[in-house]
Formats: sequence, C-alpha cells, structure tokens
Amino acid sequence: MEATSLNLADIQKIAEQEVDFERAYKYRINVCCSSGCVPLGALKVLKAFEDAVKELGVEKECKVARTGCPGTCAVGPAVMIEPGDYLYQNVTPEKAREIVRDHVVLGLPVKEMLYKNEAFYKKQQRLVLRNAGKIDPQRIQDYIAMGGYSAIVKCLATMTPQGVIYEVSTSGLRGRGGAGFPTGQKWGLVARAHSKPKYIVANLDEGDPGVFANRTLAEADPHAILEGMLIAAYAIGAEKGYLYIRSEYPLAIQTLQKAIAQARSISLLGDNILETGFKFDVELRFGAGAFVAGEETAILASVEGRRAMPRPRPPYPANSGLWGKPTLIQNVETLANIPLIIQNGGVWFSKIGTPRCTGTKCFSLTGKTKNPGLIEVPMGITLREVVFDIGGGVPEGRKFKAVLVGGPSGGCLPDTLLELPVDYDSLTRVGAIMGSGGIVVLDDKSCMVDTAKFFTEFCVDESCGRCTPCRAGLIRIKEIFDGITQGDARVEDITTLEKAGVYIRDASLCGLGQTAPNPVLTTLRYFKDEYLEHIQDKKCRAGKCFKNKEEEV
Amino acid sequence: MSTDDKRRLALEKSMKEHNYEESALLEILHRAQEIYGYLDKELLMDIAQSLHLPPSHVFGVATFYSYFKLKRPGQHVITGCLGTACYVKGVDEIMRAIEKEYNIKRGESTPDGKLSLLVTRCIGACAMAPAIVVDDEMIAKATKEVVLQKIKEVLGGDKPESR
Repeated sequence: MEATSLNLADIQKIAEQEVDFERAYKYRINVCCSSGCVPLGALKVLKAFEDAVKELGVEKECKVARTGCPGTCAVGPAVMIEPGDYLYQNVTPEKAREIVRDHVVLGLPVKEMLYKNEAFYKKQQRLVLRNAGKIDPQRIQDYIAMGGYSAIVKCLATMTPQGVIYEVSTSGLRGRGGAGFPTGQKWGLVARAHSKPKYIVANLDEGDPGVFANRTLAEADPHAILEGMLIAAYAIGAEKGYLYIRSEYPLAIQTLQKAIAQARSISLLGDNILETGFKFDVELRFGAGAFVAGEETAILASVEGRRAMPRPRPPYPANSGLWGKPTLIQNVETLANIPLIIQNGGVWFSKIGTPRCTGTKCFSLTGKTKNPGLIEVPMGITLREVVFDIGGGVPEGRKFKAVLVGGPSGGCLPDTLLELPVDYDSLTRVGAIMGSGGIVVLDDKSCMVDTAKFFTEFCVDESCGRCTPCRAGLIRIKEIFDGITQGDARVEDITTLEKAGVYIRDASLCGLGQTAPNPVLTTLRYFKDEYLEHIQDKKCRAGKCFKNKEEEV
Repeated sequence: MSTDDKRRLALEKSMKEHNYEESALLEILHRAQEIYGYLDKELLMDIAQSLHLPPSHVFGVATFYSYFKLKRPGQHVITGCLGTACYVKGVDEIMRAIEKEYNIKRGESTPDGKLSLLVTRCIGACAMAPAIVVDDEMIAKATKEVVLQKIKEVLGGDKPESR
C-alpha cells in the first residue's frame, strides 16, 4: 500500500466501504490458517476452497478468506462459513469441493462434517477473541470493518488522556500477564511521571509451556494489540512502543510485521496520526528463549539488548523503565481489551466477570481433555465448568485427577477444588496463580510427584541465577525429587521440600522464583499420600517412576 | 565474492541498520544465527569488536538465551517439544525411542554431524500435543512409530554413524 494521509473521518469511510464490499458476497468461507491448523494442512485446504469456488462458478457470491483461529484446535483444519457460523471440522482438500457444492451452491450445509460440540462455545464469552477466526489478519480493512480503530478515533476526537485513563480505571481491568495489577492505576502512574520520553512495552513473550493464547491473538487479530498500544500511548504520552515477541512464533511475527506496515501506510502509526499531530510508532523486538524475560524488569533488560535478568523494585518501571525513563509494560491480552472499553465504556466492562475481577480471560486448555483449544471465559467461571462443560471432561474413559492452572509455576488442584471460581484472588488463595492462562488437565495416568518434578526441572533450567534461593534451592528440590522417584528417599525429605519451597518463595526477587515452588507446594498440600507411597512403599500408582534406572543402559 | 565475504557483508549490513547500537545486540545475534546457522567464538568476537562491546558482554548474552546455538547443528535437526502439554501426552517416551535408535542424547549430534536431537520448551502447538519438529516440518499428535519413520525418510537411507 502507498503511504496515504488519512484523517479521523476516513476510518469511518473505510469501514463503510468494506461493509458494502462484504455485502456483495452471499457467503464467506473462513479458513483457519493459524499455527495450529497449518501443520494439519490448512494451506492446502485454503487453496482447495479457492479452486472449488472458481470451478463451480460462485466466486462472485462467495469469498474465501484466510483467517486466524476459532479456538477449536482439536478438530483442525477448521473452516467457518458465514452467515450462520457453520463450523466444519477436520476439513481436507478433498472435502472442500463437496462443502462448496452443497453449502454454497445448493444452500445445504454438510451436516456430517459440522462441529457438533455446542458446549464448547456455550459458556465462553469471546471479547478479546472477538475477531479471531472471522477476519483476515493480514488485511487492515477487515479489522476496520469490524469497528476496529474506531476506539482510537474516539479518543483522539473526543477524549482527553485523563478521560481515557478514567474509563480504563472504571472498567476494573487488571493486567492479564498474571499478576493482576489494576491497569488504570498503572497508566495513571506512568502518565504522572515527569521524565520524558515515555515508552510502552507490549509483552508477547509467552514463555509458559502449555500456553498459546497470546500467539493465537497475534495471529488472528494483530490490529487489536496495536490499537490497544495506540490508546495507551495517547493516555500516558508515549511516542515509542516496543512489542516484545518470542522467536518461537514465526507466523505471529510475520502477521505483526505486516500489520505494523499497514497501519503505518494509512497513518495510523507515525509522526502525524490521522492528521491530529499525535505521534507514536511501534518496533518489534525478538526474544530468544528465556522464560524469565516475561518478568517486567527482565523484559526491559532484554529490550535494551542485555541478559534478561530481573532487578529489585522500586524503582518501578512506571518511573524508571527503559533507559531509566517512565515505561508502561502491558501484556498483549490486556491491550486487546482496551479498544472495547473505549467503545463501550468502562461501566459496561465492569459488569462482566466478578466485581473484583472484571472482564474475561483467555485460557489454553490442554492435556487430557476432550476439547483442547483456546477458550475465553468470563472471570468467576468455575474450574468444573471449564474442565467438564467446555473441555468435555477426560477422554479415553480415564478419571480426572488434577488440573494445573498457571503454567510451570502454577498449582495442581484436585477434584475437591473444582467449584473454585477462576479469578486472580481465588486462585492465589489455593496456591495456584492465574499466570498467563494455561489450564492443563491431568488424568489418573499422571503421577503428581513426577509432574512436580517436571516443573521443577523447567524452573531449574529457566532460573536466571541471580538469587541464590532460586538458583541453588531449586536444584536441591530437584535432587530430592530424583531420590523420591528412584526409591532413595526418607519421609523427612517431605519436610525439607516444604521448607525449601517456602524459602524460595519468600526470598526470591522476581515472579519466577516466588512462584517456582508452587507445583511442589500444591502437590504436597493436595496429594501428599502419593509422596508417601513413593517414599515408603516405593510405589508409583501411575507407573511413571522407578523405571528410569533400568531403562538407561 | 566468496560465500564467507557475502555472509560477512550481510552481517555488516544488519549491524549498520541498527547503527551499531548496543540495544540491538539481540537482533544482531538473531540475524547472525540466520546467516551462519550458529554462533561460534570467532563470530561473537567479531560482533563484540564491531559494536565496541567487551567480549564478555556479548558472550554473556549469547549464552544466556537458549535460542542461540553455539555449536554447529547437524544436517538434520529433530526438535522435541518439552512443554507441559506435550509432556503430559507422553513426548518423553518418543524422545527416549529416538535416543535409543540413534544412540544420542538430547542436545547432542551424531559424530558424523548428520543428525541432531534438540529439545525446546513449548512451541505453542499444545492442542496437538505431543509435537516433534523434524527439520522444518512439525509432526502433530506424534507417535514413536511415525516419528522414527519420518526421521528415516529425511535421512534418506544412510544411517548416521553412532558412537
């Protein structure tokens, strides 16, 4: 696209043009081409639909679009046909022609191929993922047609920066990166800081294994993140933003690069945004495989080109962040909520979820679940609803054993806690964390001791080494686990584990060390009998432990 | 111009684009790895000199981040995802089978440099766990049999030397 200078009213015009343009089509076929469906052959499916539409002579009434993820990763490649949101599962290139012939030409949806799992969507509330699977992430016009960039237009045309912060504070939105700090309050702190320039760092360093919510968001709706950054920049007075993304996400990187280029080309980013004199630009920064880089002071070090090691706070990044300047660090999911809050008002948002935890949260639902995928639920939904209603329970006739919430530093929760509402405070109370939104279901084939050991090993690898309790303490815990799983442990070791866990939690500087003992402490709290079984009877009821030695020749 | 010169020129271009700024060190290392495949000692010394940074700083950064490879990878690279979902779904068993079949450990290459076995912490393919990447192709919902067969295919008949 040529760089053109647009003004505030032009965005509305683009939206109207796009809507008219779309209206010319009777059907729209959305083929999910995200990282989930591509390895299953989505690009071939896309090509097959394009060919079929041409062959059957319906290209004038049926549009084939390359979209992001509708969340049903279990049944990919997934294809959605609008109107009516007919979702086809496990689509192959061969089936594409049949679907076009029956559904588009004859108007008869192919019932046998439809995704029948209504429960998967029923309890979800898709706000952040509003456009996921419905728009082409590589076309900025698609986003604008869905009301995109109207929020930044509203800010620039009618709101003061203070007004924007007021709206965000009213919404009750809390940071989605895991810690849950009130977003409006954070913006206020950075806005009031005297020093200049100010920076924004958008955090897409989704390092938690088992989590892919931010990646899916970036692949499906990159402009929602950029618009959130723009609004934040306007509110706090920043002129430069960095979007820190992990290198393991090539498709998300590509999508964002394209989105930034498109936004620049129609003056939504740059020196004179929509002819208002407002100035802001975004640069991508790439992570390099360090879990700790998601921590807020570590991410600053990484953006500055150094080792991602956390530093003590205060001073807080709001006063002294990138290169010592005031910096707003925000997870991309938090940012994607912002346009909605501006469009609909903070009061509207505050009514979703629970009074103390408003809005929704995206979760990657994986492990031993019938419907793995990406879900978005209102805060306060119970774990049971997530695991059994949306997730469909445990497959292969196995029994539910535990659910792991919050990634490698989260907690393993037993079935007695299934009625727990999912929100920041409730999860913290039982020893888990919201984290970046990973829910892994474990069945009775999983050993809780082995699971805790696995996470400890992860944290040993990823500890940056700065604080001794985390660096040395985790290794000690791992050694004890080696003993327990190889039949070389005493009952007193349990006390040592507990003590070490508490020391590491209390004496570490950053979130990694403070939460690293969570899997150990929660499994000790809820599954102590399994530890005792391992130690006293040298028995592992899941059959995972005590075999390492024999196998290694 | 020799291949070496061309590569060096591409690296120089990248450093120049970033004004030889210290803050672009990660970006420059990423680019260097793209160009050369891995970061050896000479290359890191070269970058340190060009950016006027102490070698200890450049080595510190390169060794801190696990994405940077300091050893030459094998001709074919198998990467096992050791993320939570893959682990729960039994990726460990597949990894052990590969280790046994080719007599290598995780993080190693066969002595003739034909095959490397690496691990990564989550590639985000959790809904299709377990995931194993063979060269650039991801195998979703992998099983021992499928993965071993695929490795045999990419190796094309010649079994790598084992120790």
